[in-house]
Amino acid sequence: MKRTFKTLVTSMVAALVVSTTPVRAEDTIKVGVLHSLSGTMAISETTLKDTMLMLIDEQNKKGGLLGKKLEAVVVDPASNWPLFAEKARELLAKDKVAAVFGCWTSVSRKSVLPVFEELNGLLFYPVQYEGEESSKNVFYTGAAPNQQAIPAVDYLMNEVGVKRWVLAGTDYVYPRTTNKILEAYLKDKGVAAEDIMINYTPFGHSDWQSIVSDIKKFGSAGKKTAVVSTINGDANVPFYKELGNQGVSAADIPVVAFSVGEEELSGIDTKPLVGHLAAWNYFMSVDAPANAEAIKSWHTFIKNDKRTFNDPMEAHVIGFNMWVKAVEKAKSTDPTAVQKAIIGVESPNLTGGMSKMLPNHHITKPVLIGEIQANGQFETVWKTEGLVPGDAWSDFLPESKIIEADWTDALNCGNYNTVTKKCSGQNF
Amino acid sequence: MSLPYAFRLLRSLAMLLALLCAARIALAETELPLAALQGLDFKAKAAAISAIADSGSPRAEAILNALTDGRLMLRKSDQRFVIIAAAEDPATLTDALDGSALGSEPLAGLKKIVINNQLRLQLRAELARMQLANPDPHARRAAVEALAADPTPAVIASLVEAAPKEQDEDVARAMQVVIGLAQIGDADPAKRLEGVQAVTGSMLGEVHNRLTQLVARNPAGEPLEPSMDVRIAAGAALRAIDQRRARYELIQTVFFGLSLGFVLVLAATGLAITFGVMGVINMAHGEMMMLGAYTTYVVQQALPNHIEASIFIAIPAAFLVAGLVGIVIERGIVRFLYGRPLETLLATFGVSLFLQQVVRSIFSPLNRAVATPQWMSGQLMVGDALALTWNRLYIIIFSALVFAALLALLRFTALGLQVRAVSQNRAMARAMGVRAGWVDALTFGLGSGVAGLAGVALSQLTNVGPNLGQSYIIDSFMVVVFGGVGNLWGTLVAGLSLGIANKFLEPFAGAVLAKILVLVFIILFIQKWPRGLFPQRGRSAEA
Repeated sequence: MKRTFKTLVTSMVAALVVSTTPVRAEDTIKVGVLHSLSGTMAISETTLKDTMLMLIDEQNKKGGLLGKKLEAVVVDPASNWPLFAEKARELLAKDKVAAVFGCWTSVSRKSVLPVFEELNGLLFYPVQYEGEESSKNVFYTGAAPNQQAIPAVDYLMNEVGVKRWVLAGTDYVYPRTTNKILEAYLKDKGVAAEDIMINYTPFGHSDWQSIVSDIKKFGSAGKKTAVVSTINGDANVPFYKELGNQGVSAADIPVVAFSVGEEELSGIDTKPLVGHLAAWNYFMSVDAPANAEAIKSWHTFIKNDKRTFNDPMEAHVIGFNMWVKAVEKAKSTDPTAVQKAIIGVESPNLTGGMSKMLPNHHITKPVLIGEIQANGQFETVWKTEGLVPGDAWSDFLPESKIIEADWTDALNCGNYNTVTKKCSGQNF
Repeated sequence: MSLPYAFRLLRSLAMLLALLCAARIALAETELPLAALQGLDFKAKAAAISAIADSGSPRAEAILNALTDGRLMLRKSDQRFVIIAAAEDPATLTDALDGSALGSEPLAGLKKIVINNQLRLQLRAELARMQLANPDPHARRAAVEALAADPTPAVIASLVEAAPKEQDEDVARAMQVVIGLAQIGDADPAKRLEGVQAVTGSMLGEVHNRLTQLVARNPAGEPLEPSMDVRIAAGAALRAIDQRRARYELIQTVFFGLSLGFVLVLAATGLAITFGVMGVINMAHGEMMMLGAYTTYVVQQALPNHIEASIFIAIPAAFLVAGLVGIVIERGIVRFLYGRPLETLLATFGVSLFLQQVVRSIFSPLNRAVATPQWMSGQLMVGDALALTWNRLYIIIFSALVFAALLALLRFTALGLQVRAVSQNRAMARAMGVRAGWVDALTFGLGSGVAGLAGVALSQLTNVGPNLGQSYIIDSFMVVVFGGVGNLWGTLVAGLSLGIANKFLEPFAGAVLAKILVLVFIILFIQKWPRGLFPQRGRSAEA
């Protein structure tokens, strides 16, 4: 019984490992795709897998890389954090992939990190995250807090005149770290402690009645109030519904969200949400030739012109193009050579700028503030002048202000303490 | 915004108004500054909106309304400003300036005029000002209250003029409050005191905001308001509001608790039958709710023009779909596993994963948008500060009805009698001629059908996605076990008390801790009373 169960599980796992048929294995460069295709995160990650397949397909049509065809190796870590590490090991040790594009949640990234450092692999991580990390083996193509949260708060403070802040988040590492940074930043800007309300809710929280009523009360103290929301994915829908039902409109108390993109809005009736804000580095509605082209090829590839294109997908586009350029520059897919070559590589982003890989393994990105429209898209209402370089270690937390990340030969460290002059906390 | 000089300048304002009237004549309709509304320069847009509102043009209201709703567009082909009737493709157009019909145009040929939140606030105030002359007193009162947010001198001047002529008492009172709010900003302490007295007793949000500012102190601890009398009056008025609010808040918390409780009851009732009455540990219970929610989605997709009525079709449809799937599961899997709880648990868990993946394959892993009918959105105002949301109210009623119907079914029908007989003593019931297998299938189907009904309700509260069921399965088991397995009344009491306890804990413990506290309480409770609140007694308890 036990044995048959085990074989059953093994064969099920094997069946989940979808891989395009390897024609002549030695003539291809393998690219790992590590995104959940089942479980809770499938909602967000499946599209990223499709984006990668599209990019690899396009690159092959252009003649491949270094004269070889690219081959996608897709695995399904099933929204299960330890399984992420196992699958990452499988990709690096067994399939010998040249680079991996994957992960969504911070906890999944933390789970694979030791594997990538041990086996010297390359991971391109496309999602906005809380920062406070820089690994030799990871390239962070999503936004660091200074590329999303801080500009959004600046916008609310300077353009909207917000004086009172609700920091609402789901109870896990990304909101907690981001809110810690934001709280320090707000206090730095002279906001009094009683003008900041911090609230955490469990994953998938669906009963927002008392919290929304608290926010309403907090907002009736004579000062313009805004909610900075790091509420994760699914829980946003009932939150916005409750806001609408209790009559809190965006004009009275705007909510700026860091985890709500076009993909998430496609599952919501957006009419009561019009005017609430989101801060991203990309919006599907941006009027730029590169964007129109990307959306067109996405719609052709997925054979559905209703599908949305979002920020993490753009991050994968940038990350993939940077990797391709770095491999061409290094004339090899060897991880160590690519790590050296990729720093300073530039690749166009879809909003009309040129993103650059920085020595701290983060990239430069524009920051856009958009208002939700009735058609489920965002309309840009504000954008930063030029691109913002990603900062791995926040300058607003006393303990990480003194830490620097630089993977060029000058420092070659992701966690360098400028006071003690020591590199610590990481294998490299 | 405080404008202390408002009243001193009244006379010059009157002159300004006269000038504006002159401007109305000077500004021919074609000269409305629509061109400034293009692009992303929101300051220019704000100026243009003011100019349109002050133009006195008969089209001003239509244009500003369309701008608020996102229906004002620029036709790309001839750069003409048009208003679309509704967001449909192709859209029916009217000319923004003269209101003439322009046929239809695909949305791709139109460019929307973008506004932001600040402009929305401005538009709200401008439109409210136009509504002051509306013959409907409700519209007038709403307009006056909307103006309270930002009473500009021009607004106050028009209110001062309109107040003595106002026939409706409520509207006149609201006008006095807004005028009073403006007076609070006056430089003369006597005027400020008068203002505070005028707003005393009003429950309007802005009044609370304004009074809070009056009693505020600067970081050094000195009061910001120099006049002692004003501070005392403001403090008293504020205390009155706060006391009233506190009373309402208690009622509101009870309402929140009840509504959470009834959602729990609704989710758990189906399980109370499959688990409570039949003893099947049904891990696929959540997926039955999910099927009900997806049925609502499918019904809405099939009847896109009848969103308001779709819920009433979805209710029986969801019951049937979930019920039939339940019967198939019972006949196909569960009946072979009676008396083997561990295997049942594993098998139904497998079924739940299977159903999730089926839904993922058919409907995609993304959440589906289920529209909320108009009659379910918004809130019911009781008095002037207690607001109860409609969707929660309806769900409380729905849940209570489902519960009552189920109780009646078990108590007064032949099926109910047989269900009770089989669950109490299967062998004896069979000996008496009850077709136990048939009763099992129907009971399981009934429990699943009720879960489907819960799904319809949940589709109005939360996400409709493949994981919908998982978020409710734990809560459902918790309620059933806490209430006492096999007792429907127990489920009701358990659901409501957990809901209310949760909502009373939440304000000071936070949502995360409140949930933990409730779970810890249940663990301790089950340790002491393993059979729950209302245990089965007598012989049936052994079954």
